[in-house]
Amino acid sequence: MTCLIIHYGYEDASGEYFISVDTDKCNSCGRCVEVCPRGVLEMRTVTADLEDLLVAAVTEEHRKKIKYSCAPCNPEKKPPCVFVCEQRAISHTWKPKGR
Amino acid sequence: MKMKKEYWRWPEYRRTVPRKDWAGAEVVTAGVDVGAVSSKAVIMVDGDLYAYSIMRTGSSSPDSANKAMNWALEGTGMKLEDIRYVVGTGYGRVNVPFANRAITEITCHARGANYIWGPTVRTILDMGGQDCKAIRCDERGKVTAFLMNDKCAAGTGRGMEVIADLLSVPIEEVGAMSLKVEKEPEPVSSTCVVFAKSEAVGLLRKGWPKEMVLAAFCSAMANRVAELLKRVSMEKDFVITGGIAKNVGIVKRVEDVIGLKALPMKEGLDPMIAGGIGAGLFAMDLYERERKVA
Amino acid sequence: MGSKNIKAAILKNGQVLARGLIPSGFEQRAAAEKIFNELLEKADVSRDDIDHIVATGAGKDVAPYANSEISMMGADALGGTFLFPSARTVIDVGAEAGRAVRCDGKGRMVDFVVNEKCAAGAGTFIEAMARALEVKLEQIGPLSLKAEKVISMNAQCTIFAESEVVSLIHEKTSKADIARAIHDAIANRITSMTRRLGIQRDVVLAGGVAKNVGFVSSLQRTLAVDLLVPEEPEFVGALGAALAPQKGN
Repeated sequence: MTCLIIHYGYEDASGEYFISVDTDKCNSCGRCVEVCPRGVLEMRTVTADLEDLLVAAVTEEHRKKIKYSCAPCNPEKKPPCVFVCEQRAISHTWKPKGR
Repeated sequence: MKMKKEYWRWPEYRRTVPRKDWAGAEVVTAGVDVGAVSSKAVIMVDGDLYAYSIMRTGSSSPDSANKAMNWALEGTGMKLEDIRYVVGTGYGRVNVPFANRAITEITCHARGANYIWGPTVRTILDMGGQDCKAIRCDERGKVTAFLMNDKCAAGTGRGMEVIADLLSVPIEEVGAMSLKVEKEPEPVSSTCVVFAKSEAVGLLRKGWPKEMVLAAFCSAMANRVAELLKRVSMEKDFVITGGIAKNVGIVKRVEDVIGLKALPMKEGLDPMIAGGIGAGLFAMDLYERERKVA
Repeated sequence: MGSKNIKAAILKNGQVLARGLIPSGFEQRAAAEKIFNELLEKADVSRDDIDHIVATGAGKDVAPYANSEISMMGADALGGTFLFPSARTVIDVGAEAGRAVRCDGKGRMVDFVVNEKCAAGAGTFIEAMARALEVKLEQIGPLSLKAEKVISMNAQCTIFAESEVVSLIHEKTSKADIARAIHDAIANRITSMTRRLGIQRDVVLAGGVAKNVGFVSSLQRTLAVDLLVPEEPEFVGALGAALAPQKGN
């Protein structure tokens, strides 16, 4: 049990946009990676406290663009990556300020 | 080309911990934290801080890593070969040519904060040159939640530089000056540094003194930073690392917003070297582990 | 009543009598008065001749003489379909906000998305990049069309992008290539935002940024749809607001 939750993404003046992965719950099944239509997710080896974990992660290319990359999935409802995860390891926050 | 660094003159320096010697040491390791703006090299002797350097990152990450390391070694009699294991971390971690291993900043900062302030640390706010991190950890300095925002300049040193430039105030004075207001003004309405700067220009035109404009700007930045902390949920003890830990204007306002006071900085343990210390400690663990296997 | 510029138009029986633009500056109310009086002169009408004044935009409640207000989204829908009756999507990129509006054939707004408060998503981004590139704002668009190489910007924040432009210049990247990367970056952001809405043709591009040929070129590429760009795109909102009373809004 690594008890590590990694939050990828950012908050800027226009809102909050995060994809969070609970590394304990993630079983490396890779379904979220497959189902994402824009390649936002990948399986990555994360070093936590000298342990190497293979878990879902946001790609370097997309982690600063989550507002835009994830927009087409209408993530205010349940986006496909969250929907498909049986372990409930991944969660998505996508909240532009105002409308 | 206009280089906007005129008012960002934070001191670069190196330090050897007094009354410490490495001659009889069992394990000497190093952590090198190459950030977008500053590079830190930290030398640990048997798991204790021995020497470090903090300097600006140049246009070449490998160069900066080399320079920082050489500067940390300066005057110690130690050479790079005497260091058993080097861990690189930070934005430029893959560019530390002499590192045995690169580890992401996810784990290094918490370990470093645990070293600096002890096992009561649970929440760390790291405000660096171009990023802002909110970290939760346990009593051993093991990370339980990690969030890094390097998309947006608000809450970063680069963001503070913009207002320092606009008001022609040296960056190291921004914090103290922002606290010289009788009554705390409303924060600027935008946490986007670009729009906040326009607002600041408008406030100056209305006759606001510099202290009040700084206060309004710092207040908005502190609000943003507090949101990041809320996402990882806060618990005491709370500490602040990174360059902006030295900005009392931001520190005090963040404390006010989240309702938690940060533990004071520790003498001789610059809050900017937390990542490097953590890396140096991991270097020791990795060295021990590899030695056992061998 | 935009954050950067105030645009106004006087219409009579659906015909534009006069239009004009003035920077909002620090005294929005005074600027609004000034442009109003200028237009009255231009159109050769008096204040009393005007039946109804509608304000729109970020500063719409500051307009001292407005009889009513309309949202920018509604104004874009009306203005866009007025200029192009086949318009069903209007993308409006101004100084501080970008928005996309879906509308029907009658100029009614059906759905919208707004991207605001972050400078990287609007015209302010291009302005800041032009400064970093040391090129006049009017020139950065045409410059980008001369690009030979396609590169993509890493930074997603205007402040960090400024530093990235400086680094690229130090690395001897051509200004034209950098300019293209700048327009591609914001075009990608606007495109992603619009995709959230679903793109329905015909697509009209409005707002001051539409005058930038580099942006139009990049946006056309990333959207992969032809764009209808009016001659004076910054007036679409003002036109729409002026049309509102006739449409019963």
